[in-house]
Amino acid sequence: MSFVTRGFGGRRGVEAPPGRVPPGQYATSDFPVLSAGPTPRVELDEWRLTITDTRGAEVSWSWDELQALDSESPKVDIHCVTKWTKLDTSWQGVSLDTLLADVDLIGARYVLAHSYGGYSTNLPLPDLTGGKAWIAHSYEGRPLAPEHGGPARLLVPHLYFWKSAKWVNRLVLLESDRPGFWESYGYHNYGDPWREQRYTGD
Amino acid sequence: MAGAAIHGRLTWLVAEVVGLVEETPRARSLILNCPGWAGHRPGQHIDVRLTAADGYQAQRSYSIATPADGERVTITVERVENGEVSSYLIDEARVGDRFELRGPIGGYFVWEPGRGQPLFLVAGGSGIVPLMAMIRARLLTGSEEVRCVVSARSLEDVIYREELQRAAARRDGIAVTTTLTRSHPEGWPGPSRRVDREMLGELGWPPSERPLTFVCGPTGFVESVASALVGLGHEPERIRTERFGPTGG
Amino acid sequence: MDGERHLDGNSLGGRLWDLFGREMTDEAGCCGACGAVALLGQLVVYRDAPGEVARCSSCGAVSIVVVPTPDGLRVTFESIRWVDVGVGG
Repeated sequence: MSFVTRGFGGRRGVEAPPGRVPPGQYATSDFPVLSAGPTPRVELDEWRLTITDTRGAEVSWSWDELQALDSESPKVDIHCVTKWTKLDTSWQGVSLDTLLADVDLIGARYVLAHSYGGYSTNLPLPDLTGGKAWIAHSYEGRPLAPEHGGPARLLVPHLYFWKSAKWVNRLVLLESDRPGFWESYGYHNYGDPWREQRYTGD
Repeated sequence: MAGAAIHGRLTWLVAEVVGLVEETPRARSLILNCPGWAGHRPGQHIDVRLTAADGYQAQRSYSIATPADGERVTITVERVENGEVSSYLIDEARVGDRFELRGPIGGYFVWEPGRGQPLFLVAGGSGIVPLMAMIRARLLTGSEEVRCVVSARSLEDVIYREELQRAAARRDGIAVTTTLTRSHPEGWPGPSRRVDREMLGELGWPPSERPLTFVCGPTGFVESVASALVGLGHEPERIRTERFGPTGG
Repeated sequence: MDGERHLDGNSLGGRLWDLFGREMTDEAGCCGACGAVALLGQLVVYRDAPGEVARCSSCGAVSIVVVPTPDGLRVTFESIRWVDVGVGG
């Protein structure tokens, strides 16, 4: 047991309504920036989002084409595996249901999301459909800042936030699962915060 | 190597706060007595680990500000916004309090007197801390020529201001220039802009003197100083850098 | 500003001591991706992440990843061909 330091209170979480903060998490009003590599700078006229189906066919959207799609405004709680939870965050983006409507889903069971800068994360396809996931381009009414994943990031709030890939630019539909960046370094393959699935083996 | 264990575990020791010095409105030095401390070299750092009563732990690295002095270790901590460890060390820690540390750590960003080559030290904000350990070591035992550039936002933000002035006033080979980037007193005689290539060329050594250069500060500061030095013709392998992140600490 | 969140390999000195049982920041290593040789103290380190990520300062490839777990450390040597471990000292 380590030496307890007088006067060190540890994390000062903010008050949160019961049932909103998953086990092992604390509520914060900050929005910490986490990064595992350089922050990519992507010009909007060069930005593209591409979805590749299981046969290798691609559907892709430019920035303007994405903006022209129906946009939604989810207000959600987000949970970072580093233990902070932020309640009632407001986003604007395009539902994956809208984007996947144009894609051939035959044989697709998993998705590997890739980002500008080389980051990746994997999810089961059903976790991206049914109104549970978005390509978010605005946060609290303003364009998403680069350090938080702008121009656009994946938003999958029911899983730990590393699954909500910043700077997303490609979704590859797969028949079999393939681990992304943190999943291959020991973080949990699925990452449900309510079951505290932090590390492989949890 | 100053008595430090070469192999084996880096063990956590319990240090006691024996003195506090308010250096600036945003920075404080903690003088620690650390039984079992085996000595260190200028430029090295320690890991500090704080444990709350509920078991929660936080760990950060801090540069050592002083040369080896028995079981005494001094760190200088600058306040970081929302920094749980820096706010404890600056606002909460009192003489007699104890916390865990381990070290010394680092063999790359290290200088010891006796190397003979001229020394160029470039500090951004609290980046002066490990460089001050080098200056203090040089004052105690060295003879190397030292040129030092300190960049701070305002005069009151200059950590160790009076001690740096005294070191320079001895005129025995240590020159210190302070540049103030945001505000400066009326009639300020020194530079009042960010450290740039021209300033480094003017205040540093010519590359032909083959100085050993140490640069420490926020990441953006270190990036721009290091690339300006390379642009001036300094050998990259003679420029040692220590970045401490976007805002510091 | 852009790209200013990283630290040097020095900041990983304590962690490298955990892995190697000795000071490693002044030892050389070779990138498994591009072959560049540099001191471990010169790695580019991202610590404000779910784990600590050390990258090659020449090509940016991931060299070492350390994930702290409740039971210790989960360490991946991703793309580092060799490191020197001076044992003469």
